[in-house]
Amino acid sequence: MGLFKKRSESIYERPRDASISQVFKESDINTKISYFVFGYGNIVNRQIGRGIIFLAIEILYIVYMILFGIGALGDFVTLGTVEQGQVYNEALGYYEYSKGDDSMLCLLYGVITLVITVFVVFIAFMSAKSAFCTQKRKEKGRSVPTLMDDIRSLKEENLHAMLMTFPIFGILCFTIVPLIFMILIAFTSYDHEHQPPGNLFSWVGFSNFSAMFSQGGKLAGTFWPVLGWTLIWAVSATVSCYLLGLLLALLINRKGTKAKGFWRFMFVLSVAVPQFVTLLTMRTIFNDNGPVNVILREIGIIGATESVNFFSNPLYAKITIIMINIWIGVPYTMLSTTGILQNIPAELYEAAKIDGAAAPTIFRKITLPYMLFVMTPNLITAFTGNINSFNVIYLLSGGGPDSLEYYYAGKTDLLVTWLYKLTITQKDYNLGAVIGILVFIILAVLSLITYRRTGSYKDEGAFQ
Amino acid sequence: MKAKRMITNIGSHALLAVLSIIWVLPIFYVVLTSFRAEGGTYKSYIWPKGFTLDNYKNLVTGHSNIDFTRWFLNTLVIAIFSTLLAAFFVLCVSYCMSRLRFKMRKPFMNVALILGMFPGFMSMIAVYYILKGLGLLETGVLKQVALVLVYSGGAGLGFYMAKGFFDTIPKTIDEAAYIDGASKWDTFIHVTIPLSKPIITYTLLTSFMGPWVDYIFAKVIMGNDTKYYTIAIGLWSMLEAEYIEYYYTQFYAGCVLISIPISILFLLSQSCYVEGVAGAVKG
Repeated sequence: MGLFKKRSESIYERPRDASISQVFKESDINTKISYFVFGYGNIVNRQIGRGIIFLAIEILYIVYMILFGIGALGDFVTLGTVEQGQVYNEALGYYEYSKGDDSMLCLLYGVITLVITVFVVFIAFMSAKSAFCTQKRKEKGRSVPTLMDDIRSLKEENLHAMLMTFPIFGILCFTIVPLIFMILIAFTSYDHEHQPPGNLFSWVGFSNFSAMFSQGGKLAGTFWPVLGWTLIWAVSATVSCYLLGLLLALLINRKGTKAKGFWRFMFVLSVAVPQFVTLLTMRTIFNDNGPVNVILREIGIIGATESVNFFSNPLYAKITIIMINIWIGVPYTMLSTTGILQNIPAELYEAAKIDGAAAPTIFRKITLPYMLFVMTPNLITAFTGNINSFNVIYLLSGGGPDSLEYYYAGKTDLLVTWLYKLTITQKDYNLGAVIGILVFIILAVLSLITYRRTGSYKDEGAFQ
Repeated sequence: MKAKRMITNIGSHALLAVLSIIWVLPIFYVVLTSFRAEGGTYKSYIWPKGFTLDNYKNLVTGHSNIDFTRWFLNTLVIAIFSTLLAAFFVLCVSYCMSRLRFKMRKPFMNVALILGMFPGFMSMIAVYYILKGLGLLETGVLKQVALVLVYSGGAGLGFYMAKGFFDTIPKTIDEAAYIDGASKWDTFIHVTIPLSKPIITYTLLTSFMGPWVDYIFAKVIMGNDTKYYTIAIGLWSMLEAEYIEYYYTQFYAGCVLISIPISILFLLSQSCYVEGVAGAVKG
């Protein structure tokens, strides 16, 4: 069929994948110069277009560094030296603010300059490699790819370069640079007393971390209980939603159940409605004067003016939140398990029935092991999702009831909601960043351990 | 034996009925309150004394501070743009991860895994300052551009689902295209994409729903610019102490109005998800 043009013969080959050390050993002088003068090897060998692009990147970088970058790196080390001050202006007769350094911007520009520098070092290796390829081709007496060939190769051998550039740029700008920035903040004194531009903050090493763990301190007195509740919450939320969701899916999938689609729809409806709507509704339903308390009063469990404080008593609040989370989470599990349940080999069940096993035994010995085996990765994702479950806590209880023993946290705050309060409300950015890093460490360690212990990692073929 | 089965059948249906009532009641409460004629917040009874459509009418005709129609349109525009951008990113990355073999492939996948373990909004403050540095927080319209960038910027990291789908498309189909003289790009555009309708729809739908339900980023970026609010922060602001007494029932009317389209989209995306997991080409 004439749909596609004839494929051009590939003019790229192996040396492109040569390792850096190999390039360094076998390269001639032109290639070695290409480490420092980007594109030199290409230009000498008549690959003008490619060479000029390399060279232009280097010149741009040098101009950037001279005009801006070197200063930014200097500020990055000191995080600003000139404090904003007041100068008495005699002509006008009042104090004026003199412009000082902004530690925040020093840090940000420093990180950006570092990222750009890493990128340029990468380009330096690209330049050397490109020169090396051209050198090899010349030694073998082959033709050298022109700029047009390069552009054409973007649709063929280098398609990944074309497709990945924009997404990676987006990830760099909106995920990686901010993350590096926040990790660095954990090692500074950027708290509510050091707010730029009025005040400078500086590097303080690990003192934020030691404050978080120091015995008897208010921070440590907040961190450990919050961590404890986070873990209790994550375990109970994951297990309860999973088990109950699985049972619900089994109940709907039973042979005798009529109108399966209808039942499924009834439960999926609560997932389909935007989560903040359901969460805010739940909050009003369990309010001190909300419908649940009204019902309790009507049927006489509590007096006409009394109310159960679902969210202001710490213990009730925790139980209520876990209950509401079951309401939210069970339909999700039901959705994701239904398909997998139908894949369990029917022979297993028949054999069990012939042996006279009762339904609970079948569930414990066949269904559960099978599902756990297949779904461990999902469970780990659900667990990390629950540790980072910001919406549920924030929209339901807001972390409350507040506690005076804690450092700006409430009794139902998870680490992430505490992080939010510390940064947005309290402006202790350094403490927020420390918590972020700790959450990362906890998640990374937990998922590594659990993943390595699971059947699906150790024994991939057990149920095949 | 037969009688026993009858009993378990009736029992399980009864259980299902009770459970589904529990699951549907809160949603029913939302609908009920949205039609309630009496204003105000909490009542000492549950069934409204009168029903009315005024809550919907007042909500849509708009007011100075609470401008539902405008918020709806704001969110729609932001959702459309960020969906297109995000879906483009996701498809590009997942195709590369699934079909192309290059040196940075494994490192990229590992980095994506690690980045996913940091709490999502830990970097929010830094993103805020970067956007400020770019001058994107000067006016309301620019803030909307900023929001689109925030929603779609990191989308390339969520490639797992689509990659899994592309993995199920047999390689032989690609090879047949190469033999016919197609470049890899042609194969991507003319062969893989048309075969991937369920997963493309799924990607589009999930990224379209994001802006409708996100609260945190929108709030941090928009601040007090009520005119440019998205629907989620707008509705939330109706529950603030100064508004709640008057707007309580209208808040529920708003919830119903946006829940309907979002639920439909969600149900659609679920059916695409099932098709997507089932794989592309049979046999």
